[in-house]
Amino acid sequence: MKEALSLVQRVNAHPDSRCWFVSWNPSGSLVASCGGDKAIRIWGREGDSWICKSVLQDGHQRTVRKVAWSPCGNYLASASFDATTCIWKKKDDDFESLTVLEGHENEVKCVAWAPSGNLLATCSRDKSVWVWEVDEEDEYECVTVVNSHTQDVKHVVWHPTQELLASASYDNNICIYREEDDDWECRATLQGHTSTVWSLSFDATGQRLASGSDDRTVKIWKEYPNEAGQDLSWKCVCTLSGYHGRTVYDVAWCPLTGVLATASGDDAVRVFKEDESTGPDQPVFSLAAQVTKAHSQDVNCVAWNPKEAGLLATCSDDGDFAIWRFHED
Amino acid sequence: MSAGGRLENANPVIFQRSGERLLTASDEDEDVHDRIDDREIFDLIRSINDPEHPLSLEELNVVEQVRVKVNDAESSVGVEFTPTIPHCSMATLIGLSIKVKLLRSLPDRFKIDVQITPGTHASEEAVNKQLADKERVAAALENSSLLEVVNQCLTTRSI
Repeated sequence: MKEALSLVQRVNAHPDSRCWFVSWNPSGSLVASCGGDKAIRIWGREGDSWICKSVLQDGHQRTVRKVAWSPCGNYLASASFDATTCIWKKKDDDFESLTVLEGHENEVKCVAWAPSGNLLATCSRDKSVWVWEVDEEDEYECVTVVNSHTQDVKHVVWHPTQELLASASYDNNICIYREEDDDWECRATLQGHTSTVWSLSFDATGQRLASGSDDRTVKIWKEYPNEAGQDLSWKCVCTLSGYHGRTVYDVAWCPLTGVLATASGDDAVRVFKEDESTGPDQPVFSLAAQVTKAHSQDVNCVAWNPKEAGLLATCSDDGDFAIWRFHED
Repeated sequence: MSAGGRLENANPVIFQRSGERLLTASDEDEDVHDRIDDREIFDLIRSINDPEHPLSLEELNVVEQVRVKVNDAESSVGVEFTPTIPHCSMATLIGLSIKVKLLRSLPDRFKIDVQITPGTHASEEAVNKQLADKERVAAALENSSLLEVVNQCLTTRSI
């Protein structure tokens, strides 16, 4: 293999706990991490090393499962097992708790900002997906509660340019929502995985969606114009099987280079590259690089730096986050 | 959880406990690296208390050494457990107790799979899926009342 992943830095971000998720801010200068220790930490590069810039504590009573930066980079949202979502506002070099979004019955599993920054989506073990509207006064109002899944909703992600939302669930399905007469409705249900779908990632154009599952596969879904002109039509055009030894916990499509990274319960981090010779209806992806013992325990998250091509952040049950560089040639 | 008082399986068959592990010369040799084997895992889980009866999982034949599979080199542990009746509502709790005991006892490198013995429970697939979902397990263990019940199962009884 000409391509390779090399370790840049490893940081014990959440000692004696697990690190569930890492997220780059939009300018790619900071990483937010969260974990089983109920804390959120903000990391920045200083010279050759990554140091903790601030710790956001006391916001949550239980595990912080995911964090998401607003598109402007001035707000951070955190989803917790304590059934709340916290919104943090950047103030000078620190963050202050702005508001707490309540309403879910139990664990909030994921939070995501729409590209406009005016909408926020959350999902929970209570099987629902909530869409929140944000106004100029930093007020948050729930506009829709959608119950399209029959089990926990694990992940929500927005389309990179449109107001289109996708969710993944323990019921093995993926739902795609669009606003219709002031209401968000499920317009397509993507069936194909044979176990929990843990994560979703749109490619840079938003025409394709990658999903990672407990069935140890990654599927690539593509949007097709529907003849009836009514509902959205998404079809599975590729399944990556045989690569992952255990659950695929996360997938991330690099918006700059188009390569696809995966995080797995087999402790490995892998990068897949699309063969250029294949057509859009039958794409072929091959394994370009992998680190089999990337972490000493399950890898929970993969995140590409939005500005610096090839820079990948990962985190694990071992409490660490790591920064890798993906080289081609 | 079933209501207190009425037992789901009032008269379970009780099995003989196995003896203590026989120590060999190499077990006592400090210079020999002792791999984690099936018996060691079985010894960790056989004394777990049944949530309903004042009996251990071994005495109810819920766990057996032949249903423990360890691969030390690959850092994997697989345990199958057999509920005493096919509609046992305690199956998830028993599985969770086994999982928690192993998570607490084994080195972090181990991947631990706890499943129902195939064909022995009505909701086998649902229980297995729940036990394999580490997010649900993590959330369950942050629930103090559930954690208390699990800890009761893991408390060593004086025999």
